Amino acid sequence: MSLSVDIRRALGGFDLATRFDAPEGVTVLFGRSGSGKTSVVKSVAGLVTPDSGRITLNGRVLFDASDRTNVPVHQRRLGYVFQDSRLFPHLSVRENLCYAARVSGRGAKDPRQVAELLGISDLLARRTHALSGGEAQRVAIGRALLSEPDMLLMDEPLASLDGPRKAEILPYLETLRRETGLSILYVTHNMAEVARLATHIVLIDDGRVIRSGAPEEVLTDPDMVRLLGIRDAGAVISATVAAHHPDGLSALAISAGQLLLPTVDAPTGARIRVRILAQDVILARARPEGLSALNILPVRVLAVRRGDGPGVIVQLRAGEDRLLARITRRSADALNIVEGAECYAIMKSVAVSQTDIAVGLQTGL
Amino acid sequence: MTGWLGPEEWQAVALSLKVSFWATLVSLPFGLVCALALARGRFFGRDLLNWLVHLPLVLPPVVTGYLLLLGFGRQGPIGSGLDTLFGITLAFQWTGAALAAAIMAFPLMVRAMRLAIEAVDPKLEEAAATLGASRIKVFSTVTLPLILPGIIAGAVLAFAKAMGEFGATITFVSNIPGETRTVPSAIYAFLQVPGGETSAIRLVIVAVAIAIGALILSEWLSRRVAQRIAGS
Repeated sequence: MSLSVDIRRALGGFDLATRFDAPEGVTVLFGRSGSGKTSVVKSVAGLVTPDSGRITLNGRVLFDASDRTNVPVHQRRLGYVFQDSRLFPHLSVRENLCYAARVSGRGAKDPRQVAELLGISDLLARRTHALSGGEAQRVAIGRALLSEPDMLLMDEPLASLDGPRKAEILPYLETLRRETGLSILYVTHNMAEVARLATHIVLIDDGRVIRSGAPEEVLTDPDMVRLLGIRDAGAVISATVAAHHPDGLSALAISAGQLLLPTVDAPTGARIRVRILAQDVILARARPEGLSALNILPVRVLAVRRGDGPGVIVQLRAGEDRLLARITRRSADALNIVEGAECYAIMKSVAVSQTDIAVGLQTGL
Repeated sequence: MTGWLGPEEWQAVALSLKVSFWATLVSLPFGLVCALALARGRFFGRDLLNWLVHLPLVLPPVVTGYLLLLGFGRQGPIGSGLDTLFGITLAFQWTGAALAAAIMAFPLMVRAMRLAIEAVDPKLEEAAATLGASRIKVFSTVTLPLILPGIIAGAVLAFAKAMGEFGATITFVSNIPGETRTVPSAIYAFLQVPGGETSAIRLVIVAVAIAIGALILSEWLSRRVAQRIAGS
């Protein structure tokens, strides 16, 4: 199961020349607005036509400029979730969900299982204008799922929603990934969504693929920090819930030792992933004592990247995982933080917010 | 109703209803195709089509009627063709009255439909395509239901306009009682003879009632299309 994209498209002054493979799982197309992400997904769906190139899904050719293959949108068997939910206003929620089955031979006629999965079972009889933004988007996701696509395309599905609504939908997307096994091409410029959902990342800038790989590698590459945004830079590491303590903390086993975080909503033994922001990590050359921060991990400096500003990004190896720390250039010089240096990474337990913890899934493949 | 209206008056009302009904029904598919082409089409000659459709609105009706007579009369190029090929005569027949009414009402019908089509968000049609709907299915399951109130509103307006058509009709098909004497022609005729005022007044009341009824119906339907598309 994989999607292979190699397309070029000139549009005004903007030049799209994108080439990447999306393996099984959730491939996140990440880039700033205007980087060409949406053009790429629209090309995959057939809503826009590239000037040249080739798109294949599991070996099935969807587009090939060399022999003028251009499978029409309705025959591509791709589910598309738009930023705006685009529900049909003249149809009820149930009719929206079953739309694919009505207009094509494919698609499930019974929406109940998918409605259950997305928590919209109680909305089936409603008109679409009576839905909240979050509900409408879940119906849109359900509608795409029920068309039984070979792959799901999601173009910033949470971008039009406010914070609480986003938080309401993210767990459903995680469930979706886990329970349906459907491959997803997910467009976003939100790092929290990347950290929680991605099994593969494709970084796009100015219409070109800058980097493609596993999130553990891409997110902790100091060279990518500029693109990811300095405030959003951070590592995603996998962990196993080891214990829940009565004082409101959960102990997580990671390759470098143990992390203590505010109670994680997952049973003991569950595999989760945690995003640790570079700006939340402090470095010390000696193991500090008498410190309120609970998480102290021995690490080795892999690389130090200086930028234009007063800060530097330090890439660290912690056990099998990589971390990023963002510290000042002054501190880096004073502590002699250079490649190969042994030091300690310190994190406050409360620095990791619940929205940066993805429950019930694994990193990588 | 027949008791209140005299037989001649009743004949005019019935003929007007028949003429307007057929004028509306037959022009409906043409109107929809024109509205779709004007709202969505990107083709050479689109401006020309727009201009042609609106021409009856700006031309003096008598001119339109005379052009119809030249084209569709027994000696006219189209009229003689229809006559020899199908045995259809339009000049001085109620069918000719229907043609004149349809052409005069056409701009109004197309306009109402076009507005409804332009109000449909193409993004919804895109979404339908990604769900596996072919172009025909997209039209029949998304576009058509959303513009249906607009189509009905266009038809109602066209019907009302056809009911009131006078200039083109009288020029093209004359004013023959029972054949081409519609309500406006009858009012005109009654006003030409002494003592015809009461008949004329009764027909005026009927005409006003039908016109107002049509306007209200069309307004109500337009509001429904707006509501449906805004989804509120």
